[in-house]
Amino acid sequence: MISLRIDDTPVQAEPGETILQAARRAGIRIPTLCFLESLSPRGACRICLVEIRNWNGRLVPACATPAQEGLDVVAHSDRLTALRRTILELLFAERNHICAFCVSSGHCELQDLATELGMDHVTFPYRFPALSVDLSHPKFGLDPNRCVLCGRCVRACAEVEGAFTWGFSGRGVGTLVEPDLGGPWAKSPTCTGCGKCVQACPVGALFEKGKATSEQVKRPEILAEVTERRPRA
Amino acid sequence: MTTATESKVAELIKPFAGKPSELIQALHRVQSALGHIPPEAQAAVARTLGVPPSQVRGVVTFYHFFRTTPVGKHTLRLCLGTACHVRGAEEVLKAIQEELGVGLGGTSADGLVTVEGVRCLGACGLAPVMMVDDEVYGKLDPKKVKGILRRIRGGAG
Repeated sequence: MISLRIDDTPVQAEPGETILQAARRAGIRIPTLCFLESLSPRGACRICLVEIRNWNGRLVPACATPAQEGLDVVAHSDRLTALRRTILELLFAERNHICAFCVSSGHCELQDLATELGMDHVTFPYRFPALSVDLSHPKFGLDPNRCVLCGRCVRACAEVEGAFTWGFSGRGVGTLVEPDLGGPWAKSPTCTGCGKCVQACPVGALFEKGKATSEQVKRPEILAEVTERRPRA
Repeated sequence: MTTATESKVAELIKPFAGKPSELIQALHRVQSALGHIPPEAQAAVARTLGVPPSQVRGVVTFYHFFRTTPVGKHTLRLCLGTACHVRGAEEVLKAIQEELGVGLGGTSADGLVTVEGVRCLGACGLAPVMMVDDEVYGKLDPKKVKGILRRIRGGAG
């Protein structure tokens, strides 16, 4: 076992466990967005940044950093809250996150994080990109205007379903999640229509058609359930 | 047409068959043969190497070097670096747009000139500067660049 400290609480971790896993087991909440149980960690959103006191205050993503002997981790501080809030603001400003018009309002991880971190307004100018919505699929829709590029759909599709339908195209602020060699989704030769990507999506970018906002509750935990039930070799 | 491209591509990248790690090498080879990498070529690369199409597209669109649309007969690289910016590259770009009807990343309707922006050509003393194929044109202004473009299109067309 590895011994470390998180927020001055002594915590034990198994070798190979991440700081996030150790914290969760000890009942210490570290906010996350791109992390999803059963998918490989990506460290894409940086919401789970923690400070390592004995690494000169270095900031590392808790989801992707292995727990190490003697680490002195700060998971909650004014500095971290300010950083996490800035990251959230940048995510909001990057696309068209307007809760009042979103099918995920009320059960959206981005919205919940804003509430948790006290982000009550965005100090950066919104970029308002005009991104086209793909409603070609009979059951699901894709609205890149609400996408935070966390990659949970991409990983769910590749790592759990094994279809590799979703991928990132472009780079930087112009990055889009798109099927195969580009849309429309309905024409995808690889998509099985399983809907795992929709359940994995933390926001309203992937949604079920024909469902009202109140019915649009996602079940991201389904991915961990599916993988746990799988027979192991 | 599609099948012809696909079989041509498959033949080109035969040495990389079944080797996902050779993706970028394979794409380079395809682009140098076709000039660009259209979707059917990406599909052929995906199938031959055993890489999901979504990942091939990811790589093709991530790197600026790879193109998915055909290039013109000539490639114009306009410097948008600091020195050229200060010396009026914006005005030159506007003149190029007026003359060719396309901006950065576009190809003129006659298929003769593709316009690209680059960050520095290493000839800041000639700012604002551009290259057309291997030829360097320096100390540009809107009038001068229009003349150059007319000459190129006139001579080739």
